[in-house]
Amino acid sequence: MKVTVNGKNHELKPRSSLADLVQLLDLQGKRLAIEVNQEIVPRGQYPSFELAELDHVEIVHAIGGG
Amino acid sequence: MAHPATSLDNTPVSADSPLMIAGKTYHSRLLVGSGKYKSLEETRLATEASGAEIITVAIRRTNIGQNPDEPSLLEVISPDKYTLLPNTAGCYTAEDAVRTCRLARELLDGHDLIKLEVLGDEKTLFPDVTATLEAAEVLIKDGFQVMVYTNDDPLIAKRLEDLGCVAVMPLAAPIGSGLGIRNPYNILTIVENASVPILVDAGVGTASDAAIAMELGCAGILMNTAIAAAQNPVLMASAMKKAVEAGREAFLAGRMPRKRFASASSPIDGLII
Repeated sequence: MKVTVNGKNHELKPRSSLADLVQLLDLQGKRLAIEVNQEIVPRGQYPSFELAELDHVEIVHAIGGG
Repeated sequence: MAHPATSLDNTPVSADSPLMIAGKTYHSRLLVGSGKYKSLEETRLATEASGAEIITVAIRRTNIGQNPDEPSLLEVISPDKYTLLPNTAGCYTAEDAVRTCRLARELLDGHDLIKLEVLGDEKTLFPDVTATLEAAEVLIKDGFQVMVYTNDDPLIAKRLEDLGCVAVMPLAAPIGSGLGIRNPYNILTIVENASVPILVDAGVGTASDAAIAMELGCAGILMNTAIAAAQNPVLMASAMKKAVEAGREAFLAGRMPRKRFASASSPIDGLII
């Protein structure tokens, strides 16, 4: 199934969880925040949160800024 | 301060109380941004030299598939050591600013102190004041402690305070311009009207600008480019720390009245001529 992650298309196995996506992107253990379709998904829910076709995922982190 | 100055009867000369924001006390009145540095190591050294305890950070998309082992900002600016102040830089609508704050809260495990800025124009980076008021209201209702970037309009500053912002942060000049305190009388009026901390945010270019803002009675200063874009950022960070302290002490001391003509410092009596 197709999902959009930070504006780019990604192909995932059907019924992948958010935790699967984080692992696929090699981001496990990083300090992140994730939105799916503009709703925040709390970190503890990544394993149980199932992604669906055409979901829009935003993954953010902290960088330098003023 | 290791050795505070004392008066003749050995009491400290400055009876300053620490800066208090959202119920937490801070000993440094200099707040710094973490952007525009050449490296994370430079960020770390300049931040340490500034003595700042509150550090702003930006929230951005994670680069997917690029340098997974690259050190992250939060390894250098640790939330255990500093109070992080996530900002909404780059947001041009109230909705985007609110969304960014909610992501920041999730990212930082429920941390609710944020710097709200809703920009109105790319050339000036002046705030969109109506959108700022709108976003502040939503965020405060949602439980955020809002430190808000605004223009130097005393009426809007008061309105943001009345909404429940924990600090109001008027610009001294456009963000990143280094033009210094362009409208000291407005800053002074904002300070005099306020019962929350007023911090100059944006526009400071060098140490004397920081001292001027503090001499006006500001509770503190937030700056980024003045340090990061200096030829020697670490040395400028140290200069800013001293300027903020010096300006604060001068404000507390109370400056002499200005006089148009001279007044001799040495006695006239006893002259040999």
